[in-house]
Amino acid sequence: MALTLEQVRHVATLARLSLTPEEEQRFTTQLSAVLDAVDQLQALDVEAVAPTCHATLTSSRLREDVTRPSLPPEKSLANAPAKSDTSFAVPKIIE
Amino acid sequence: MQLTDLTMLELAAKLAAGAVSSEEATRASLARIQQVDPKVRAFLRVDEAGALAAARASDARRKAGGPASALDGVPLGLKDIFLTEGVETTAGSRILEGFVPPYDATVVRLLKEAGLPLVGKLNMDEFAMGSSNESSAFFPSHNPWDVSRTPGGSSGGSAAAVAAREVFGALGTDTGGSIRQPAALTNTVGLKPTYGRVSRFGVIAFASSLDQPGPMTRTVADAAALLQVIARPDAQDATSADAPVPDYSADLEAGVRGLKLGVPREYFTEGMDSEVEAAVREALREYERLGATLVDVSLPHTKYALATYYLIAPAEASSNLARYDGVRFGLRAKDARSLRDVYALTREQGFGAEVKRRIMLGTFALSSGYYDAHYLRAQKVRTLIREDFTRAFQQVDALLSPTSPVPAFKLGEKVEDPLSMYLMDIYTLPCNLAGLPGLSVPCGFTKAGLPVGLQVLGRPFDEAGLLRIARAYEREHDFFRRSAPL
Amino acid sequence: MPVSDFQPVIGLEVHAQLLTQSKIFCGCSTAFGAEPNRNTCPVCLGMPGVLPVLNQRVAEFAVRTGLALECTIRPTSVWSRKNYFYPDLPKGYQITQFDQPICEHGRLVIDTPLGEKVIRILRIHMEEDAGKSVHDAGGGQSLVDLNRAGVPLLEIVSQPDLRDADEAVEYLKAMRDVLVYLGVNDGNLEEGSFRCDANVSVMPKGSTTFGQRCELKNLNSFRFLKQAIEYEIARQVDVIESGGKVVQETRLWDVSKGVTRSMRSKEEAHDYRYFPEPDLPPLHVSAEAIDAAAQALPELPRAKLQRFTSQYGLPAYDARILTAERPLADYFEACAGHYKDYKKLSNWFLGELMRLLKEEGTPLSALRFTPAQLGALLGAVDQGTVSANAGKDVLGEMFRTGKAPADIIAEKGLAQVSDTGAIEAVVDDILAKNAGEIEKYRAGKKQVFGFFVGQVMRAMKGKGNPALVNELLKKKLGD
Repeated sequence: MALTLEQVRHVATLARLSLTPEEEQRFTTQLSAVLDAVDQLQALDVEAVAPTCHATLTSSRLREDVTRPSLPPEKSLANAPAKSDTSFAVPKIIE
Repeated sequence: MQLTDLTMLELAAKLAAGAVSSEEATRASLARIQQVDPKVRAFLRVDEAGALAAARASDARRKAGGPASALDGVPLGLKDIFLTEGVETTAGSRILEGFVPPYDATVVRLLKEAGLPLVGKLNMDEFAMGSSNESSAFFPSHNPWDVSRTPGGSSGGSAAAVAAREVFGALGTDTGGSIRQPAALTNTVGLKPTYGRVSRFGVIAFASSLDQPGPMTRTVADAAALLQVIARPDAQDATSADAPVPDYSADLEAGVRGLKLGVPREYFTEGMDSEVEAAVREALREYERLGATLVDVSLPHTKYALATYYLIAPAEASSNLARYDGVRFGLRAKDARSLRDVYALTREQGFGAEVKRRIMLGTFALSSGYYDAHYLRAQKVRTLIREDFTRAFQQVDALLSPTSPVPAFKLGEKVEDPLSMYLMDIYTLPCNLAGLPGLSVPCGFTKAGLPVGLQVLGRPFDEAGLLRIARAYEREHDFFRRSAPL
Repeated sequence: MPVSDFQPVIGLEVHAQLLTQSKIFCGCSTAFGAEPNRNTCPVCLGMPGVLPVLNQRVAEFAVRTGLALECTIRPTSVWSRKNYFYPDLPKGYQITQFDQPICEHGRLVIDTPLGEKVIRILRIHMEEDAGKSVHDAGGGQSLVDLNRAGVPLLEIVSQPDLRDADEAVEYLKAMRDVLVYLGVNDGNLEEGSFRCDANVSVMPKGSTTFGQRCELKNLNSFRFLKQAIEYEIARQVDVIESGGKVVQETRLWDVSKGVTRSMRSKEEAHDYRYFPEPDLPPLHVSAEAIDAAAQALPELPRAKLQRFTSQYGLPAYDARILTAERPLADYFEACAGHYKDYKKLSNWFLGELMRLLKEEGTPLSALRFTPAQLGALLGAVDQGTVSANAGKDVLGEMFRTGKAPADIIAEKGLAQVSDTGAIEAVVDDILAKNAGEIEKYRAGKKQVFGFFVGQVMRAMKGKGNPALVNELLKKKLGD
C-alpha cells in the first residue's frame, strides 16, 4: 500500500519524531515501497492460524516478593540530561 | 605465528601451561588493535585499563592455582549493545553517546566471573538495525579481507575484530542474522543460540522476541567454549529458558556419519551469487563424503519471512526505542524548550535514518486501523514459518544453506536502497522468527578472496548438534587458519 | 426536560495498589514517602537493556481478588504494552493487560434504598503504576520522581450498572471493604493507593441507548466522587437541554471550584498501539492454584455482616460497624467466645472500646488484654461485683496496663458494695441530715429522689450497688 504524506506526518507525531520536510518526503516513498513489499502477506489465508508472540514457549518465570537494594539516587540520576536534587527535570508540563 | 593468531582454546591451553600470561595476551590484543584498527575501525572504545586489570587478576588467580574457568584470561571484545558498568555503551547511536551504564548485562557478568578480560566495545549498526555497519552513527567498520567492503552487520565490528585478530573472540547479537551474516562475510564462526538460551538482560533491545546474544569466534570449538560460559537460565530474564545446558564440547568431534541433513529448496534461489552457491554446494558434497545423507526439504513459507520480519521487528523496535526520550539518560536536544521538543527534537537528532525508518514502519504497523492487517497478520504468518521448520525437523537432524546470498559488498553500495539491504537477511531471519539456533561456519572464498559462509540450522536447544555438524566440516577445511590481508 | 427525566449511567474504574513488599517487575521497595527516586533501579527507571520479571504475589493477589468478586480466572492471561510518551512513564510504554486479562465477568452486591443490587464486574487486570510529575516546582520545570513507577496495581472495571452518585459511592465503599478484607490493598484514597475514575453519561429515561460518556478523574474521596458525578450529570443534562452534544473526553474534578473541567485536549488522538509484551511470557494459573486460592479466601464483609446479624442477633447497625474492618470483627468473635450477651458485648465495643482505641490511637493488634479478660469484666458487671460505671474505669486500666480485671478491681477498691446493712447505714445517715428534703419529697416533689441517690452514692464513693440503694431509699421514704 502507498502511504500519504499526511499518514507519514501522523505516524511521526505518534513516534515523537520531528521529521524535516525532506525526511517526510523520503519516508513517504521508502515506507510505501516497503509496505508494497509486505503486502504479499495479504494473499495468505491465516484465518485459522494462531499468532506467535513468543518463538519458544517458555513458562512464566516469576520472582518472589522480596525487596532488593535500589540504586542510590546519584547513580539513578548520573546520566540525566537535567535534574533538580534527586528528581529528573523536564520543561514544565502543561496539563 | 603471533600470539594473536591463536584461537581461544589454543591460548587457553598456553595459559594453563604457564607458557604465556593473560597480561601478555591482552597486551598483544591491544597492540594488534593499535596496529590494524585504523584500517578496520572495529572498535568504538578500547578499555585498556579495565582489560589489563582483569588480565592481571586472571594471572594472579592462576598463580594461586584457581582459574575461574577454562577461558580464564582469554581477552574478548563486546558488541556495543552489551551494557558494561562504568564503561560507555551506545548501541552505535548518538542518542546514547556518553551513556555510562550503572550495571552489567548478565552475559557481561558471566564473562567477568569466568575471568575473560574485556578489551573494548565493538562497532555496530545503530541499535543493531542494518546489515553492513554503515548505519553506525559513528563510522562504518571495514572488512579485513577487503577494506573497501562491509564486514556485514549488525555485529560487523565484532566480526571484523575477530577476523582481523584484534581479539580472540567476541559477543554479538542476532535479531535477523546479525551474528551469522557478518561471520559469513569475514571467514569467522557465528552462533545464534535458541531464543532464550542466553540471557538478554542488559542487552540493548532491538526486537525483543527475536534478539539473541551469541559467540563470534574463529573456530567452532571456540564458539562451543564461549557458549558454555554464557548459556545459563537467568532470573532477570523471564524469557530465558530452563532447558538444561549440555557440555557443548563433549560431542564436538563425533562427526556427521548417519546424520540426515536437510537442504531447503527455498534457500537456493535466484539472486544468489554464483560463487557463493558453488562454495555451498561443494560443502554439501563434503558432508556426503563424511557420511551424512542429504535430504531435499521444503520450507514453503520462506518467501513470506522477509515481509513478516519487517513488520514484527520494527513494531517491537518502535516500542523498545520509546525510552530514548531525553528525560533520564542520553541525549537531550540543546534547543528543546517544551516537553514536546524534548521528545521530538531529541529523537529526531539522536536517531539515524535507518532507525527512524524502522520506528516509523513499526509505529505504523501497530497503529489503530492497521494492526490487524499488518502486525497481527505477521504474527500469524510467523506461526506458519515456525511450523515449516517443525515439519522439516521431523525428517532431518539439521538444515544446511548459504548464510548470505552474496559475499561482502562495497561500502556505500546499498545504503540508499533499504529493500536491497533487507534482502541480505533472507536466509538468516526465518531462524529468528522460529526461535531456532543457527550457525555460520566458513566454507571457502570467492575468486576475489572474499569469504563465504555455510549456515547450519537446528532444532530448539540443539546447539551441540549444530556445533558438531559445523566442526565436522571445519576439521576437513581449516579456512580459519587463513589470515586477512591487512 | 428536567434532570429527573434523564437516567444517569455510571461505571467505575478502580485502581488498587497491591500490598506487596516489592514492585511488580523489580525488587525495589513499594514504600510510600521516600526521597524522590530513592526506590528506583535500572528496571523501573526504564534503562536500556532491562527486562521485567513478574512478582508472583501480584498474580496471587489478582486471583484472590478475582475469586472474591466472583470472576472467571483465565488460565492463561497475556501481558501487553500500552505505548504513549509521558515523563513519568519511563519506558514509553506501560506493561498492562489488554485483551486477555486475568479475571473477567464478576459481580459485587451493594445496598441501595430499594434493596440489594448486583453490579457486574467487566474485568480485572494487573499493571504497573507510573511515576509522579510535580508541575509547580518553579523554574519553568516539572520534576519527575519514579519511586511509584512499577508499583503493582489492579484495575477493576465495572459494567455501567450504577445509576446515581449514591450507588457509585456505595459500590466504591463495598469494593474498598472487600480489597481491605482480602489484605491486598490498604484502602487509602487520600494517598492514592486506592483510586477511582468514573465514566458518566446520561440518557432520556426509558431509553436503552447510552449517551456519550465522559471520564472523570481526581476523585480522591467518597465525597468528591459523589459531588463530581452529581455535577457532571447536571452538566451533561444542561448540554443536551441547550441543544448541544456531550463530547467524549476526560474531565478533571476541580476540588476548589466544585466543577469538572475538560483536561486540555491532547495534541493528537490517542493511539496506544497495544501489542503483546514480548519480554513476558503469558501468565499461567493452574486449576490447582485457583482451587487453593478459593479455599483460602476469607469470609467477605457482606457475608460476615449477615452472619453477625443472624448468629449474634445483632441489629444491622451494630453488625455493620463491627464488620467494617476484619480485625475488629475477629476480635468481637473472640470475645463472644467468653461472653454470651452479644448485644451487651456489642454495646461495649461500639461505646467504650472504640472510644479508647480512637482516643489512644492504638491499633487493635496492640491491645494488651485478652478476649477472656474482657469477658470476665463484663461478667463482673452483670453479677454486680462492679458497677457499670466503675467497669468503664476498669476497662480503661486494662487497656493501658493489660492487668486482669479482678486485680484492678481489688487494687483500686472498685468492688461494688452490695451489703444491705452497710448501705442502710449510709441511707439512714443521709436521710437524717436532710429532713427538709424529705418534707419536699413527701409533699410530692418526687425529683428529690435523685438527690438522695446522688448523696448516697457520693458518700459511698460510687461503689454502692445502685439497685440496692434505690430499693432501700424507697423503703425508708415510705413509698
